[in-house]
Amino acid sequence: MTAAAGTALPFSRSATWLWIAHRGSAVVLAFGVVVHLATMIYAVHHGLTATAMLQRAHATLAWPLFYGVFVVAVAVHGPLGLRTVLAEWGRLRGPFVDVGLAAFALLLLVSGLRAVYAITLA
Amino acid sequence: MTPATSTLPFRNDARSRDHPAYWAFVVMRLSGLALVAFLPVHFWALSHALGGAESLEGFLAWTRQPWVKAGETALVLALAAHLAGGVRLLFVEFRGWRADSQKTMLAVAAGVAIAFAVLFALNN
Amino acid sequence: MSASTTLRVRIWRGGADGAFHEYEVERRPSQTVLDVVTQVQRRIDPTLAYRYACRVGMCGSCAMTVDGKARWTCRTHVDAVSTSDRLEIAPLAHLPIVRDLVVDMAPFFDKWARAGGSFVPTRTRKDDFARVEPSTRQRRAVDAAIECIGCGVCYASCDVIEWRPEYLGPAALNRAWTLHNDVRDGAKAERLRKIAGSDGCNACHTHESCTLRCPKHLAPTASIAGLKRATALAALKGRL
Repeated sequence: MTAAAGTALPFSRSATWLWIAHRGSAVVLAFGVVVHLATMIYAVHHGLTATAMLQRAHATLAWPLFYGVFVVAVAVHGPLGLRTVLAEWGRLRGPFVDVGLAAFALLLLVSGLRAVYAITLA
Repeated sequence: MTPATSTLPFRNDARSRDHPAYWAFVVMRLSGLALVAFLPVHFWALSHALGGAESLEGFLAWTRQPWVKAGETALVLALAAHLAGGVRLLFVEFRGWRADSQKTMLAVAAGVAIAFAVLFALNN
Repeated sequence: MSASTTLRVRIWRGGADGAFHEYEVERRPSQTVLDVVTQVQRRIDPTLAYRYACRVGMCGSCAMTVDGKARWTCRTHVDAVSTSDRLEIAPLAHLPIVRDLVVDMAPFFDKWARAGGSFVPTRTRKDDFARVEPSTRQRRAVDAAIECIGCGVCYASCDVIEWRPEYLGPAALNRAWTLHNDVRDGAKAERLRKIAGSDGCNACHTHESCTLRCPKHLAPTASIAGLKRATALAALKGRL
């Protein structure tokens, strides 16, 4: 094997970046999900009503900031994971699939941020 | 030698997949699919708050039916399992490998996931 | 040891469109699966095609699928895998079947080459010997993975290959990892480009079937995790 001028295989550089994005968002979610689970358990344990929950959610900017970041991480992590499943178990690959998944990611981002606004700022 | 019949490969069956790390993968994949399918519904449900506390409370009342509570517990289990399994994978991929700790990590992940789900179910 | 004196063994015959045929062989103490296959070929059906060489667990030529799991048949005692009087022997998975228990190893080694699995020297015979410190983290990483003899058991055990036929596979990536950590090698950047991507190291989902089944007790999962880190770091530094 000669050390010929090497260029990345088609898509290997982009695939590496997608892996970085998927694992990076995973680290964010590792912390976020622990907080989210603890919050949910707290809420059901205390039997919080909608009014009570909204009051607490509006109490500090930390909530919209936290959940805003959470939604962004989810919008990255979910569709990328789905992409792998579609490619391996669904045998669906290629640019059309990627466009569809990007659209799904955008949907998650927009509807997620809307939900964050609804709960913490509205 | 020119083979006269099909040269397609032989395929494995379930017997080669009958081990803990593979089951962990299946849990990750199935829980991930469940969560990603649930998310749009979850965001839609939360956006009821745009109509005020009464609108959200109306929706929450619907969720107090037993079958919905069971579904919520299942989702919490899926989320906790995906979290625990994912943390295990992050350890394997980024912190290097210690062969003796593989089974331990799997057991811890399973334990953490079940603990979260039980906590939620008992309080729900 | 089972009380039964005969073993009913199903052996794959033909190509992919073949079928299992059943044979009866005498059961003996310390019998290996390779002994069983040999007995069938010599005493019952001389048309049975199979591979072996050393028969003592050094060459890896006798790898086959035994009761659903890829193993070296010369190192698999019948009593250890068969709790009944039955046994099932098939060719290794994921490689084209030539005939019966013989598979074409060419795709396996083609991927080895495509993964940059060969050493690229940086010195000539006129230079002094390279000094490789054995206690460094890099050399210990190489030593942990270097004993691979290319038997194909890990490749046959990897489910990702079934879902992504172009996946380079555990053995090729494991070898790439040993070269990546070899201080003497001169093609590291190029090799990382070859093993990155959706058919490369990022396709591994840590099923660990390869590590579980490796007869040399290597851990391709660990090597591939190392390659994931190496390619990610290279991408972040703009060097991929």
